[in-house]
Amino acid sequence: MTLTGMTPAAQPADTHCPYCSLQCGMRLRRVVSPPPDGPGVAVEERPEFPVNRGALCGKGRSATAVLAPGVRLTAPLVRDRRTGRLREADWDEALDRAAGGLADAAARYGRDAAGVFGGGGLTNEKAYLLGKFARVVLRTANIDYNGRFCMSSAAAAQRAAFGLDRGLPFPLADIARTGCLILVGGNPADTMPPAMRYFQGQQAAGGKLVVVDPRRTRTAETADLHLRPAPGTDLALALGLLHLVVAEGRVDEEFVAARTTGWEQAHAAAMAHWPERVERITGVPVAALRRAVELFCDAPTGMVLTARGGEQHSKGVDTVGAWINLCLATGHAGRPFSGYGCLTGQGNGQGGREHGQKADQLPGYRSITDPAARAHVARVWGVDPDTLPGPGRSAYELLDTLGTDGGVRALLLMGSNPVVSAPHASHVTERLRALDSLVVCDVVRSETAELADVVLPTAQWAEEEGTMTNLEGRVILRRAALAPPPGVRTDLDVLHGLAERLGVEKGFPTAAEEVFEELREASAGGQADYSGISYARIRAEDGVFWPCPSAEVGRRPHPGTPRLFHDRFATPDGRARFADVSHRPAAEEPDAEYPLRLTTGRVLAHYQSGAQTRRTPELQRAAPGPFVELHPRLAARLGVAEGAPLTVTSRRGTVTAPARVSDRIRPDTVFMPFHWPGPGRANTLTNPALDPVSRMPEFKVCAVRVEAADAGAGAGEER
Amino acid sequence: MSGAVAGARRPGGATGVRPAVRAVPRRRVPHRIAVVGAGMAAARFARQVLALVPEGRVRVTLYGAEPYAPYNRALLAGLLGGRYPSGALALPTGGAVVRTGTEVVAVDPDARTLRTAGGESAAYDTLVLATGAAPVLPDLPGLYTASGALKGGVHPLRTLGDRARITADARAGGAAVVVGGGVLGVGTAQALAGTGVVVHLVHSGPYLMDRYLDAGAAGTVRRTLASLGVTVHHDQGAAEVLGDDGRISGFRLSDGTRIDARTAVLACGVRPRTGLARAAGLAVSTGVVVDDTLATSAPHVYAIGDCAEHRNLLHGRAEAAWEQADALAAALAARLSGTRAEPRCPAPPVLLRLVAGPLDVAAFGDSTASCDDTEVVSLADATRGTYRKLVLRAGVPVGAILVGDLTAVGEVGDAVTRGEPPAGDALDLLVGESYP
Repeated sequence: MTLTGMTPAAQPADTHCPYCSLQCGMRLRRVVSPPPDGPGVAVEERPEFPVNRGALCGKGRSATAVLAPGVRLTAPLVRDRRTGRLREADWDEALDRAAGGLADAAARYGRDAAGVFGGGGLTNEKAYLLGKFARVVLRTANIDYNGRFCMSSAAAAQRAAFGLDRGLPFPLADIARTGCLILVGGNPADTMPPAMRYFQGQQAAGGKLVVVDPRRTRTAETADLHLRPAPGTDLALALGLLHLVVAEGRVDEEFVAARTTGWEQAHAAAMAHWPERVERITGVPVAALRRAVELFCDAPTGMVLTARGGEQHSKGVDTVGAWINLCLATGHAGRPFSGYGCLTGQGNGQGGREHGQKADQLPGYRSITDPAARAHVARVWGVDPDTLPGPGRSAYELLDTLGTDGGVRALLLMGSNPVVSAPHASHVTERLRALDSLVVCDVVRSETAELADVVLPTAQWAEEEGTMTNLEGRVILRRAALAPPPGVRTDLDVLHGLAERLGVEKGFPTAAEEVFEELREASAGGQADYSGISYARIRAEDGVFWPCPSAEVGRRPHPGTPRLFHDRFATPDGRARFADVSHRPAAEEPDAEYPLRLTTGRVLAHYQSGAQTRRTPELQRAAPGPFVELHPRLAARLGVAEGAPLTVTSRRGTVTAPARVSDRIRPDTVFMPFHWPGPGRANTLTNPALDPVSRMPEFKVCAVRVEAADAGAGAGEER
Repeated sequence: MSGAVAGARRPGGATGVRPAVRAVPRRRVPHRIAVVGAGMAAARFARQVLALVPEGRVRVTLYGAEPYAPYNRALLAGLLGGRYPSGALALPTGGAVVRTGTEVVAVDPDARTLRTAGGESAAYDTLVLATGAAPVLPDLPGLYTASGALKGGVHPLRTLGDRARITADARAGGAAVVVGGGVLGVGTAQALAGTGVVVHLVHSGPYLMDRYLDAGAAGTVRRTLASLGVTVHHDQGAAEVLGDDGRISGFRLSDGTRIDARTAVLACGVRPRTGLARAAGLAVSTGVVVDDTLATSAPHVYAIGDCAEHRNLLHGRAEAAWEQADALAAALAARLSGTRAEPRCPAPPVLLRLVAGPLDVAAFGDSTASCDDTEVVSLADATRGTYRKLVLRAGVPVGAILVGDLTAVGEVGDAVTRGEPPAGDALDLLVGESYP
């Protein structure tokens, strides 16, 4: 094989952080004589990149640690048929085994028995090619990805309201210029620290910040107003605020008349959520609701940003819809420095949901059920549209049916670690074990890789080229600073090798730019139109916002679209649509047996399932293990002190972790970070109840019981 | 002709050759739910049941005597005070058929039919009584004209029509008297005062909202009302409505005081509307008696909201009506989908909650208990108009009152509802954690 597309740079490489959706710009410089167990590059600031302007968090600064040879995989692994253990293998053996497993499943059970599970951290090129691999090589309907667990509720609500889903309809820097910002269920101070400059800038310029979070997070601490609803009640909260907007006569009637439809139903829904009732549901005092409305309506411009806290619910789509309603009713939408946005989580959470690794979707944010979309994409792929499969199962449903009749029997998994990150993780682990064949492409030996039949070690961010689309819809270019170590291949190489073995010789290039050129064509005319974007343009402009259609020959290139909706929304009639929503309880409410609510989230030092950050010594030192955050009054009632081992039990399992006593949380709620596997794995507890539209699981609330663990029980140590 | 009919099979239908698996789909007759009443409980029930049951499987018809589609009655005082400038308080009904101006005058539970004032008869499969409550009118000399109507300028406040008439009379000038110092009376007094009307609040009890508040809390409320220009007369019954020519000119109070007024609002409580149920032979006490599943004594007949009496309790709050509507809708929807679920009449979480201008008052549980076996933690700050009290029995919060500072309203309400001892200092619970 060759390493086409890999251009190890002698010069420092201007690239981007491997972690979250900010995709902070950074510069990687080759270390002249690196220590044998250390990474070959060092991180430097890159102040020219407009999003982070040089600022990096601890995760970004330490990102090179995972490049070190001892931390990562450097040879393929296959499960030895005799010993049942993973052993090193050469690439041919590993790829043969992987392709054979997929082919066998398809042959025995039908095409849909071969499945693909992708990730929101994959580059656009990988996501695109992974989707193409599923539809053209495997011809399976069953492909989905972990982004379903991330932004899918916001995506569905945005499409319904605006006709288009782009995380932020404006550059991140715009939030520093809005008059009032309501941040719902997000904690950027811990999860994306470099973004905080814009929040601080907004307040410094006289803007008001309202944070909605059951916990007094480091972000909430900086707010002008902090609303602390019980987990699972954000929908009622948003409806209650809309009610007060109506009650106080603060509706922007002109905007509603000129630029929206559906107000009558939204108005009626708001009347059904009067403040005293909303107070009872949410626990937020009426006076605080009033104050929030005052701040939002007094400001000349306003934004609402949601993150996972508001979205990861079995009513996530309706919840986001209710927040969008608030923006529309007050005229804080479709205007400069105003609007609704979603703080996307994963590095390529945006691009990853646009180009075809979602069960119901084809590249360019096209629908797989739309005949015109199928015809367009089939033409680019050189196949008959009728050979393209239809929509498949959503992420949790796909995982839930692994190894069952009618379910996927052989799975190719790329860039995800569901053993730690999926809801009801013990069940998902069991399903993964039930597969005939599991192929995992990853950079480290993750908990999910441990279950695999074949593990393919892949190149990392600093060793590869490709585009990512950040939370603003800005398409940026990841550049290689060094070559991957021997024994490691790129994900594109892997797909090429598998396609070849499964009888498709062409159409799976290994050079990222070549893939991107095809992606441009496939996305042309779609909602997420990248056809006017090229690597050369991204290099020259340090990012281009989609939609960016190609210009006709001889015409000025399309400038890209930093700001959406100022003239019209992307619906057929140009009007935004109010959502007709009503509050409903969580799938699981506290009761006598499980009297408390559990909510989950992230901590400053770690990222997602922790596959990378738990392998980074300085991050692991900063946050070595899971914990259960609980209110002092709850701790006193349980008779436990700081650090005491607790068991937390839901209908799905029990975990053990030490107590962290803090008055930052409501007394009726406990919090656990979800980065760790083993006895302290938060996702052992979480509820896979799904949103009916987005199929988002209810990560953010389930009913639990908390008890002092017996003396000597493991206090969250990993097994 | 019968032979011809029998032979007229539809293409693709059952023939001798293939089993009739794809025959004409069996038409499902929708389950007919009639709801008597088109108030808040009715609207909420309709919306929920229609949201939960697959389309076409259920048909819900609301029969309302008022000429308006269902609206949020809890907001009438606010509307009177000039809030809700669009005037629209309409509630979602989820696509139910709403028959406004259609009073139901008889129900036959055996035949499962109802009859309207217009003489129309309709059959139902399930009947939900949501007839609500009617205002109680005090037995006062001079209240009525010779023809038996309320004297001009005197109104209850129960409907949008009442509210429009009060506004019109109050605008015409003169002071207004509100009779009754309960939640509605206090809210109405605040609302009228907010529109610049001189308001007298007449209350026969020892202090305002005396069913739920203690003297300290009520005193705080009274001071806030006074700052808005409302004169409170308590320990004072209205003795007589003054005014000749069929219009009110004022009140004489029981101590002889005379108040000139051109408008009066009667806020003397409500009484469940039970006439229909009683005539149909249903068990009625003060309200229509329902069991834990919200079922009345007649089969296929349920009652929710202000008209229902559960375990000798009339809940009388919009929120309780709402929760009963949700519970019944969920249970009926489950039954119509083939699963079995009994509705459970939810317990009333809050006794009193009033937000009206600067007035902010809540009471939970056994809020006025003052026995030997209770302990009371209280905090009063007259300079800020706040009063907070927690009642504990054997260390467990059993009641609470919050006036003026409701920072802790969520936690205090939960603590009383759950009846869990507050670990640590009860005072901490009462103070709550302040918002930035």
